[in-house]
Amino acid sequence: MRKALIAAGAVLLLAAGPSLAQQKTIKIGFVTTLSGPTAVIGNDMRNSFELALDHLGRKMGGLPVEVIYEDDAQKPEVGKQKTDKLIESDKVDFISGYIWSNVLLASLKPIVDSKTFLIIANAGPSQVAGEMCSPTVFSTSWNNDQTPQAMGTYMNQKGVKSVFLIGPNYAAGKDMLAGVASTFKGKVVGQELTTWPSQLDFSAELSKARAAKPDAIFVFYPGAAGVQFLTQYAQAGLKDTIPLYTAFTIDETTLPRQKDLAVGVPGAQQWVNDLPNEANKKFVADYMKKHPGMRPSFYGAQSYDAAMLMASAVEATKGDLSNKAAVTAALKKADFKSVRGDFKFGNNHVPIQAFYLQDVVKDDKGEFVLKTVATIVKDNQDIHHQKCPMK
Amino acid sequence: MTLFIEQSLNGLQFGLLLFLLAAGLTLVFGIMDLVNLAHGSLYMLGAYFAATFAIWTGSFVLAAVLSLFATLLVGMLVEVIAMRRLYGRDHLDHVLATFGLILFFDESVRLIWGPEGMSLPLPAWLNRSVEILPGVQYSAYRLAIIVVTLSVAVSLYLLVMRTRIGMLIRAGASNREMVGALGVNIKLLYTLVFGLGAALAGLAGLMQAPILTVQIGMGENILILAFVITVIGGIGSIRGALVGALFVGFIDTMGRAFFPDLLRMVLSPTAASTAAPALSSMLIYLLMAIVLIAKPEGLFSTSQR
Amino acid sequence: MTGWFSARNIAIVALVAVLLLLPVYIELGGNRFLLSLFTRIVILALAAVSLNLILGYGGMMSFGHAAYLGIGGYAVGMLAKEGIVSGFVQWPVALGASALFALVIGALSLRTRGVYFIMITLAFAQMAYYVAGGIARYGGDDGLTVNQRSQFVPPVDLTNKVQFYYICVALLLASVFLVWRLINSRFGMVIQGARSNETRMRAIGFPTYRYKLTCFVIAGTMCGLAGALLANHTDFVSPSMMYWTRSGDLIIMVVLGGMGSLFGPVFGAMALLVFEEMLPFIIKVVATPLFGPTAARASEYWQILMGPLLLLVVLFARGGIDGLLRKLDRRERP
Repeated sequence: MRKALIAAGAVLLLAAGPSLAQQKTIKIGFVTTLSGPTAVIGNDMRNSFELALDHLGRKMGGLPVEVIYEDDAQKPEVGKQKTDKLIESDKVDFISGYIWSNVLLASLKPIVDSKTFLIIANAGPSQVAGEMCSPTVFSTSWNNDQTPQAMGTYMNQKGVKSVFLIGPNYAAGKDMLAGVASTFKGKVVGQELTTWPSQLDFSAELSKARAAKPDAIFVFYPGAAGVQFLTQYAQAGLKDTIPLYTAFTIDETTLPRQKDLAVGVPGAQQWVNDLPNEANKKFVADYMKKHPGMRPSFYGAQSYDAAMLMASAVEATKGDLSNKAAVTAALKKADFKSVRGDFKFGNNHVPIQAFYLQDVVKDDKGEFVLKTVATIVKDNQDIHHQKCPMK
Repeated sequence: MTLFIEQSLNGLQFGLLLFLLAAGLTLVFGIMDLVNLAHGSLYMLGAYFAATFAIWTGSFVLAAVLSLFATLLVGMLVEVIAMRRLYGRDHLDHVLATFGLILFFDESVRLIWGPEGMSLPLPAWLNRSVEILPGVQYSAYRLAIIVVTLSVAVSLYLLVMRTRIGMLIRAGASNREMVGALGVNIKLLYTLVFGLGAALAGLAGLMQAPILTVQIGMGENILILAFVITVIGGIGSIRGALVGALFVGFIDTMGRAFFPDLLRMVLSPTAASTAAPALSSMLIYLLMAIVLIAKPEGLFSTSQR
Repeated sequence: MTGWFSARNIAIVALVAVLLLLPVYIELGGNRFLLSLFTRIVILALAAVSLNLILGYGGMMSFGHAAYLGIGGYAVGMLAKEGIVSGFVQWPVALGASALFALVIGALSLRTRGVYFIMITLAFAQMAYYVAGGIARYGGDDGLTVNQRSQFVPPVDLTNKVQFYYICVALLLASVFLVWRLINSRFGMVIQGARSNETRMRAIGFPTYRYKLTCFVIAGTMCGLAGALLANHTDFVSPSMMYWTRSGDLIIMVVLGGMGSLFGPVFGAMALLVFEEMLPFIIKVVATPLFGPTAARASEYWQILMGPLLLLVVLFARGGIDGLLRKLDRRERP
């Protein structure tokens, strides 16, 4: 009896064959840092990406989704190896993630060569926005120098006349410092790059900054290094004498450890958790419901957008990802509700978007939170897009 | 000039901190003839213990004292369980076995404390800066490190030079077999020395904890520096460790402070600021290579072997 | 002693057969990623074989062997960046640069011995590491993408993965053969004699310093070749190729496989890398029925087993894999 049922089932399956054969899964590879001190960032990105899939019913364009998370250990060569594996062994349709510019630059070649669609959820090295742009590469974040450029503009507004720049010596660090210098109208009195990610004692650099007597110090230290920098900045007694301006140094992943050290230190960002749009309210509320005691960061917001962007393209092409040009066109429309409000892609597939000024305050429960203070620039586009041959 | 004073203090502070690590390493190296790569793991454990005890007790000083004892204990345990079996073996075996221990400690910490790392907040009386000279501000906590490490260095000197244990330690460093032949309880002496080295490493770790955050693998970079120091100073020599540590501390800090400006004179500004951090880290290794070429047994070698 | 059919020889034949037949298995439907993994194994085995020459036969405990991997790799990467993609230029430059580096640091390091030798070779490798991190033009700390693999005359095509794999295997076997010829020559006898008693060798009248230096340079050059292959395999070079933990990995491969045995390092490289790939998976499979879904998380902590395992090998299995095979042979003949 049972055998007969199975046989009948098999016949039915065969009959339904053609339609079921097309029933495939959307495979996504997600490369981020899941071990070491910056694993906090990777976990936030993974949580947000998973939340986006929950909101999508774990389906894109009616097809089930499978995500493979890989740990890059914050090392370019490990990231490259994991990327190779995702492309060669898992044969993913989309690849996403990438916190670090240097990891992304190392991994870029196999992704572009294999024409796998890449949605960068954080890193924004200037090369990718410029001469190395590609039809299959998109970003839901920014180009490295946009955020510090906004900070430079803000410092002009505040009447800062001279600044000392400190940042880590890797692809993004160099882009960030160049970015702030490009819009800041005052004088850059000094610039220090530190060994990344191993150097965590900034005593020599802080002493030099103090001796240069600038109006302000600008820093870029993502992840745990941002905690150390703020601690040492306060211990050196600079907090009362030279004000600090930042990019990507204070966020929800570091704030629980920076606490009052971060109060009154301004930062620029394209997304803040209190942006008043519906998609964002849902994202933040559901994230905090799913992960009690945690708040999403901008890293998470960008990952959430990355998932939504993919879903919009799969939807528009009805799950047929074989026509690369059609997918590119669908992705380029950015036809989804972003948690940062409206944005559109430039010719180089980097968002054209607003940048806000954020500050740290204590909320009514006594917790430290980030809040939007002002809009620094609107519809900002990176300066590298002219170098990109795509129209 | 103020900048130079400040940078000298930074160099002194870093050098003295390195001395704590190198002292333990050189003792173990000199007496048991043991290359211990896992010394950096004890430094890491000191920091993790301190951060944990600080949460439990709410007191920074109490946490520091407790974690000192905890690392002493862990050190003696490691000696009894693993290190004891390695004495008299090839150096290569030491390198491999203790490399394995590093992996073990790193992963254990990840399992127990999680991957995020911890922070050890300072009490308010240390978390500020003081005016040491008119117009020269300096971090109170870094000054405290200098005071503590200097007093540890002096007590260590007295311990080694003026006590019976110290005599045995010195004797052990220059001729191991002879000390054994004299009927000293070698096993106990070894366990004690290893524990002492561990406690010194733990002290260094817990003092670094408020400046850097407490994280997995924090011991590995600094371990290599500590090795460089012991080799520059000569294996087994506490005095050599102190001199080597100060050398390395100063060169590292001064390199970072003034090397970029020097480079800017010969290179373009962007090339200079990229090259400077890497090349100033290289200076230390260059120093070590030069010392070893000139004096293949280090500056203050005690060993007759 | 046990003749040709010893466990050791069977294992070696099996190893070579596996290496040669792997692409066939993949063509028949195996996982393509295996080819990538094995190419890496073969390249690192070549590096380990070269380290074994000085470590196992020469008794020179170099803790900076990974420097040559980097130098060979950077020679390929830098030339490719400058538009010189011919392998006939790149590879000789890679070998020459490694040989020169080995000559200079060998001449200086071989004046010291014991722990000091370990440390000075480490120091030189770390210097190379920091120099590579300081060159802005070639990527600095971020490393350098190699956009085009080395070009040779057709039909040699390194972008063909199977062909590249076979080239690596051929070079590995050639280097094992070279080491075999070397250690059985008069030169090799002097080197091995110097390892067990240098004073005696000098008393007989051999200038051991010069012999050891030559050996050091040969090993460095071979490892530089591995570096050039690695750069072609990963299409990427970075300073971390030379970091001290990489040198540590190479030493582990040699000791795990068996120091001073011809095929030992090859076994060691294979065991270590396959183990690294498999252990998380094994933990997952073994632990899932016992602990349920938490086991998946436990597999992330595989290194917690790797550490003590290393300790055990050092304490109880000194000869490594080769030693175990020999023990098997001895047991077969009472």
